[in-house]
Amino acid sequence: MSAFKPLPDLPPPANTVGPIGWARSNLFNGPVNSVLTLFALYLMYLALDWFITWGLINADWFGESREACTSGGACWVFVTARITQFTYGFYPEDLIWRVDIVFALFAACLIWLMVDRSPAKGWVAAFTLFLFPFIAYFLLRGDAFGLESVDTHKWGGLMLTLIIAVVGIVASLPIGILLALGRRSDMPFIRSVCIVYIEFWRGVPLITVLFMASVMLPLFMSEGVEFDKLARAMIGVVMFQSAYMAEVVRGGLQAIPKGQYEAAQALGLSYWKMMGLIILPQALKLMIPGIVNTFIALFKDTSLVLIIGLFDLLAIVQSALNDPKWLGYSVEGYLFVGFVFWAFCFGMSRYSMRLERKLNTGHR
Amino acid sequence: MNATNSAEDRPVIIRLNGVNKWYGSFHVLKDINLNVLKGERIVVCGPSGSGKSTMIRCINRLEEHQKGDIIVNDIPLTNDIKNIDIVRREVGMVFQHFNLFPHLTVLENCTLAPVWVRKMPKKEAEEIAMQYLERVKIPQQALKYPGQLSGGQQQRVAIARSLCMNPEVMLFDEPTSALDPEMIKEVLDVMIELAESGMTMICVTHEMGFAKTVANRVIFMDQGQIVEENEPNEFFHNPQNERTQLFLSQILQH
Ligand SMILES: Nc1ncnc2c1ncn2[C@@H]1O[C@H](COP(=O)(O)OP(=O)(O)OP(=O)(O)O)[C@@H](O)[C@H]1O
Ligand SMILES: [Mg+2]
Repeated sequence: MSAFKPLPDLPPPANTVGPIGWARSNLFNGPVNSVLTLFALYLMYLALDWFITWGLINADWFGESREACTSGGACWVFVTARITQFTYGFYPEDLIWRVDIVFALFAACLIWLMVDRSPAKGWVAAFTLFLFPFIAYFLLRGDAFGLESVDTHKWGGLMLTLIIAVVGIVASLPIGILLALGRRSDMPFIRSVCIVYIEFWRGVPLITVLFMASVMLPLFMSEGVEFDKLARAMIGVVMFQSAYMAEVVRGGLQAIPKGQYEAAQALGLSYWKMMGLIILPQALKLMIPGIVNTFIALFKDTSLVLIIGLFDLLAIVQSALNDPKWLGYSVEGYLFVGFVFWAFCFGMSRYSMRLERKLNTGHR
Repeated sequence: MNATNSAEDRPVIIRLNGVNKWYGSFHVLKDINLNVLKGERIVVCGPSGSGKSTMIRCINRLEEHQKGDIIVNDIPLTNDIKNIDIVRREVGMVFQHFNLFPHLTVLENCTLAPVWVRKMPKKEAEEIAMQYLERVKIPQQALKYPGQLSGGQQQRVAIARSLCMNPEVMLFDEPTSALDPEMIKEVLDVMIELAESGMTMICVTHEMGFAKTVANRVIFMDQGQIVEENEPNEFFHNPQNERTQLFLSQILQH
């Protein structure tokens, strides 16, 4: 009888690994692919070349008016000269520090929560979720604690976009989870209420929802009750997005095997503990791509509020483009808006990918 | 070890009285009567689809029976959620496919229920969990995730997880049938040790060696009925019912 002797592990052949191996197997595996690759590279070169010359090298960056734009490239002066307005809308300039505090506080909380090793995450999360909204509201809105009142119709620009998006995101996730649980409930009444809600809000375009919120809602309310337009828009956005979120969550719930429910029940966990400790943590992890997809869609959809007369980032840039002093710079304006939206959405997307990797515990 | 028959002086811990269950119009459990004494080890066998899983899943109300009484530890199982919760706390269950929580470490799997259901301080729960993990011989895996363990190891964790709740009764539903032959023994060893420690156990299994070693009683089910029950020696060597004989000849062939 001969003993079993394993062969030594050899490294893979050089041309199948590393960047060269990757390019070989993905970009140049065959004549057609090679031609396509070269053609695509050429197109990319043309686009980049144009953008870099026009948008960076030949561009004008700073100045007071369009007279500063002389070099024939992009006129970013349009953006930089009005960056305050684009960021804060019509917020009184001497009170902008209040918005800055809110932004800074929020950014600090987010970074704290996103860094893996930061301490006391639970407290910071609780602060962000429960205390920060009030602080933010009073700082932005004023009219209390001796802070000067700033009416919401003066809010605008990126600030408004972020406020609507953050409120929409933070509120629609829990509501969506409750709706999804309700839709899977054994209790017929709760189930039907949730189904009706979800199917109604999913079937209506967001524009319609916003119109209803801004035009129809006041009709139902008694005379003299003034209900803030921004608040109405936010409620509309939250109602609408939570219905979408509910379906994403339901999809995630369905992917959890029955055995997980049974094991949790067999250990004596109550319904809410089972959901909160076993089912939702796993389901949410599976749902991260879907949830972030919904967040990103929500973020971009906030620009629809311009049709009910709120000045989000897009609306405010558009109105600036109509200023006779700046006619003809719409390319710069829209590129700027596009870039800001893209930067936020890309950030969310990257963070979600990191989160998925972090939460991967090696099953499936 | 051998089956002891000191039946009279031990209390009945599980009582099934005329239990019937239907799935729609399909009659899965027909008039099941079964009394399990404290400390008794019962092995349930029978052909696929005979209702073995359904029966033991009724005992912790993972399935609802429609007729008859199930009384566990003097608590009747009805729609009363309070009673169901109490019973589930006292009845541990081990599943064919382990059903560990993949997003929690082995240790967290074991401490979850003691902390959240029994309101035990985390520290204490961890100490107890480590004791049980030691008992099932995998303390060194405590900080790993279930996905990083072999099937046999996962099943032993699942046993430890149930034991951490300090249950009165353990239910096993084919705990070894999803395992490779090499791993079956390590799980059976743990179960034998558990049986020797005096745990009340009901095991659905086709491991006849296990039945012979530890069972006080073997129950044979077919088509939703208990066809025959007897102590293992008699059951294997002198089956009374011809359905039992046929079943035994089939599974003992290989
Ligand atoms: N949820 C269900 N709905 C309808 N029928 C079911 C359901 N669960 C089980 N059954 C049926 O009930 C019968 C008994 O099932 P059970 O799982 O108890 O059998 P078993 O004895 O455990 O079989 P196995 O050895 O294959 O596990 C089977 O015929 C099965 O098809
Ligand atoms: Mg079964």
